[in-house]
Amino acid sequence: MYAALWRLFPGGRLAKTLQALLLFAVVVAILFIWVFPAVAPHLPFEDVTIEPTTGATS
Amino acid sequence: MRVVRAVVGTVGELAITAGVLLLLFVVWELGVVGFTTNRAQAATVDTLERQFAQPTPTTPSTPSTSSPTDTPTASPTTPAPVPLPPPGDPFAILRIPRLGAAWAKPVYQGVGLDVLAKGIGHYPDTQLPGQVGNAAFAGHRAGHGNPLIDIDTIRPGDAIVVETADTYVIYRADRSEIVPPTDVNVLAPVPDQPGAAPTEAWLTLTSCEPKYGSTNRFIVFAKLDRSVPRAEGLPADVLAAPGGNG
Repeated sequence: MYAALWRLFPGGRLAKTLQALLLFAVVVAILFIWVFPAVAPHLPFEDVTIEPTTGATS
Repeated sequence: MRVVRAVVGTVGELAITAGVLLLLFVVWELGVVGFTTNRAQAATVDTLERQFAQPTPTTPSTPSTSSPTDTPTASPTTPAPVPLPPPGDPFAILRIPRLGAAWAKPVYQGVGLDVLAKGIGHYPDTQLPGQVGNAAFAGHRAGHGNPLIDIDTIRPGDAIVVETADTYVIYRADRSEIVPPTDVNVLAPVPDQPGAAPTEAWLTLTSCEPKYGSTNRFIVFAKLDRSVPRAEGLPADVLAAPGGNG
């Protein structure tokens, strides 16, 4: 998987490394800005309230 | 053989990817969100303090109130009723010296996740701070700046101060317990005694238990010590860091 990606990058070892780091940074940015904020409310440790029924987080 | 090797290799890479993803999530939740949340909450506390310091004894937000409340007659035991804060608005500052001398969080009306992302939430169906009955608050244990991460260090006798527009309501921690998430009795006007008629003013804090999970709730009950009008100022010793395990 990652080996194929590595072969896909053009240039020498340095160029490939820079591209890999850039790609990683882009992925992290997408995760931090869009993916994690959307996922977080569905994770269990967000529940801190007392509710008559479980799962009914308002 | 080559096919097996490729499959095993890909599975391994996916597993590593999943691990890195989880690690990144922890960095985001506890680092990035914690940092931005703490900054935003400190700014909200500053804003509230400025609003409270204004000489006019009006409500901190929305001057058009539907209920013309009676004139405030502050007495040491029963402070003047505060007009019901609008949902989603900050209306008080919570201070718990045990959690840090400078520990101060804004209290919002409501306990929805959107509200709790901004600070401590007040259960809308419970009493307001200082009133006879039970004023219940919820706050995140881990995540969103970890406001109540050390809630388990609060000891009986510790001061818990709710600062409203006109009053410092000083509670003293009475006891703590761990309950299932559905135990609504902790929110009762007399905590843990549903149906009983309240004669004292209580405060209930609810948060996660365990620290990074939510299978249970960590509850702290505190009883009203006294209410001090804002004009008199908060006694300096109240916010002094408590020593030892008191």
